[in-house]
Amino acid sequence: MKKYLLKRVAMAIVTIWAVITITFILMHSVPGDPFRQESKMPKVVYENLLRKYGLDRPLSEQYIIYLGKIIRGDFGDSMKSRVETVNDMIRRGFPVSAFIGLEALLIAIIFGPALGAIAALNQNKWPDYISMIIAIIGVSVPSFIMGTVFIQFLARNISWLPIGGWGSFAHSILPSLALALMPLAQLARYMRSSMLEVLGQDYIKTAKSKGISNATVVLRHAVRNAILPVVSILGTVATNLIAGSFVIEKIFGIPGLGMFFITSINNRDYPLIMGTTIFYAIILVVMLLIVDIAYMLIDPRIKLTKEGR
Amino acid sequence: MKKYLVLVLAMLMVLSFALSACVPKAPGETPGEATPALGAEPKILRTNNAFEPGSLDPALAQGTHDSWVLDHTFEGLTKKDVDGKIVMGMAKEYKLADDDVTYTFILRDDIKWSNGDPVTAYDFEFAWKRALDKDLASDYAYQLYYLKGGEAYNTGTGSVDDVGVKAIDEKTLEVVLESPTAYFLELTSFYTYYPVNKKVVEANPDWAKNADTHVSNGPFKMTGWEHNATITLAKNDNYYNSSAVKLDGIEFTILNDENTAWQKYLGGEYDFLTPLPQAVVAQLKNEGNPELVIGGELSVYYYNLYNKMEPFNNAKIRKALALTLDRQTICDKIAQGGQLPAEGVVPFGMLDENGKEYRDGVGKLVEYNVEEGKRLFAEGLAETGFKVEDFSKFSILYNTLEAHKIIAQAAQEMWRTNLGIELQLENVDFQVKLDREKAGDYQISRAGWIGDYIDPMTFIDLWVSDGPFNDAKFNNPEYDRLVKEAKATTDQKVRMENMRKAEKILMEAMPVVPVYFYTQPYAQKPYVTGVFKPLNRYPYFIYADMNK
Repeated sequence: MKKYLLKRVAMAIVTIWAVITITFILMHSVPGDPFRQESKMPKVVYENLLRKYGLDRPLSEQYIIYLGKIIRGDFGDSMKSRVETVNDMIRRGFPVSAFIGLEALLIAIIFGPALGAIAALNQNKWPDYISMIIAIIGVSVPSFIMGTVFIQFLARNISWLPIGGWGSFAHSILPSLALALMPLAQLARYMRSSMLEVLGQDYIKTAKSKGISNATVVLRHAVRNAILPVVSILGTVATNLIAGSFVIEKIFGIPGLGMFFITSINNRDYPLIMGTTIFYAIILVVMLLIVDIAYMLIDPRIKLTKEGR
Repeated sequence: MKKYLVLVLAMLMVLSFALSACVPKAPGETPGEATPALGAEPKILRTNNAFEPGSLDPALAQGTHDSWVLDHTFEGLTKKDVDGKIVMGMAKEYKLADDDVTYTFILRDDIKWSNGDPVTAYDFEFAWKRALDKDLASDYAYQLYYLKGGEAYNTGTGSVDDVGVKAIDEKTLEVVLESPTAYFLELTSFYTYYPVNKKVVEANPDWAKNADTHVSNGPFKMTGWEHNATITLAKNDNYYNSSAVKLDGIEFTILNDENTAWQKYLGGEYDFLTPLPQAVVAQLKNEGNPELVIGGELSVYYYNLYNKMEPFNNAKIRKALALTLDRQTICDKIAQGGQLPAEGVVPFGMLDENGKEYRDGVGKLVEYNVEEGKRLFAEGLAETGFKVEDFSKFSILYNTLEAHKIIAQAAQEMWRTNLGIELQLENVDFQVKLDREKAGDYQISRAGWIGDYIDPMTFIDLWVSDGPFNDAKFNNPEYDRLVKEAKATTDQKVRMENMRKAEKILMEAMPVVPVYFYTQPYAQKPYVTGVFKPLNRYPYFIYADMNK
């Protein structure tokens, strides 16, 4: 057990190191640099900037300096902002993104599996069709369309819903909703298929034949077992939600982390590209580790057989 | 039992994020510490600044999103008046010596920083030298290269003591230029020339990063800055002309989605908005909506042709491309933002030596003339030995953006119909485009230039042979000579005559194909008055008023 854990943690560190190295190489092999502009900037000014940010040194040296900084937890200075360091940006942006992400996650966790369960219990009847239509819309309509539709039809007509921006809980409702639809639909579909599988199991038939009421069978036996595979995708879903969505943050004008993933690349803001990528990788690795540990503790099949007895 | 464990773990996972996230701070709901007149609502103008400023330190600022805030919070030796004219600002008078390069500015007596300190000539000397310090690595340091020894100091070959700016006493600033500069008083209204409070900056290098340490000398002062969310300004009671300032404050949100911003404007959450989505401008224009104002802009949109490469080294081919581009249609049907067809490379709005529109003195140097274009193209093909089919391996390069794409498509189609050539379209990242232009790795590329100061020279000197933004690689000794001569004198007649000649030479050789002159459309609610837009700046709210 301990050995397994140690191995997993070591693997996680190697993964993150690989992410750092690959991102570093890719980022520097893309043409363009942070300081070129449509301007009459003389060569000297340009060189002053390169020197200030250490970009005049050989790449190998930059890489080693960067690794040293990372170990100390310092992501460096943004090359496009003289106001905030990359650490500042993450510290400020992440809570905002995570807040919206968690709100979305809650919406998705509450309604997604419920929708899936209802669909499964009414397989091929109208509640099933309605749930699955909702799920298909959620999966296939991109969030930027949803966001725009929400602004146009909800925010413009409901006076207490702000159109965009950030500041109060009301500001977070529409973006969370727009963000929640996709994972909600995913969870619903997972739940439906997993529920259908569980409902066909022998132990459900046994329970029913023992005369246990339908509600008890569904709640105590079916839902609880069916939800396990759904939990397994939560790690990735949660990471994607809390790390921030570029599209949603842009449309709603939210000062989160999601924006930086794209703007940093467009600006060739090297430290910010590294910072956001590494930060995302760390969250993802940690989440997956937690899910794996949860699974290692209770292999559902072992448990199922025990329950079956 | 273990099922519960899974659920508990799942809950914990969610909870751990909830905890790590805490509740995010709500950005400034309070619009500054403005003191409204008794019984009246404070007049806070609400608008949007599309991007988080990279810096609100005048020396480090480098773009519109920085300067829009700075222009309201700082003031230079000179400033722009409502009609765009340069008038005295922090200085009350100046004297230019007979050598044409030595200026002596006398500062006003009643000028104070927002923290109450007096604004002195030492602050100006300090600010300018600081911006030129190579260790500060200011992007815009070169705006101060007009000062004697400025470039040398910035490049590390000269000493700070040789820079041509010196405070004689608290109120007297002596400035020596490298060479006579006719538009120097225009430059002193530009943000790189703004003063900073020497005491404040020396005591705290991070002074410009937060509202509570930010000290300025303009009509407004910063009272709040929630990064990436809002910037709030309040009227600066220490400003000498504060009685003319009618607003109690300005609130900028930072929101970069044009459509969302427009919805907020419609929903009454903004009093003023720029930029506007292209489709909205077209719609408002068609409706004749009085809330739309098309502001002037000092900017030109053009296509670079790589002059060093066959067949674009042939002037007839280049001219043929320029003559067969229907600019009017591009402006009216494609761009639809109130743009004006380019008549040369120098936009409208600048005055010549007689105080008249500069463009009237040069006339329309590029037109839509398909017949002439076809004729020149045929001659050009014969001279270079190129065939129409050969053009299908060339492409129009532009940075990925819908607005550039549709114009490139229109140009592609016009050149196909008029000249029979099939050019490719290629879109790349902005930074990649810049790299390729510098490397000469393109045939035709989209470019734009925004004037740094209000004088045709800011456009004309782009194409001197060693110009840093001369990506077309135009090289004409006569052109270089005319520009050099114009730059060495303050005699407006000579300068303007030389620039007119130079622009004619340029449009005869056509190293670049001008497309249109930008405009800056903005929307303001009917109760907003007194907003004015200097040609090369974002709209000013300094004298704005709101009468709801």
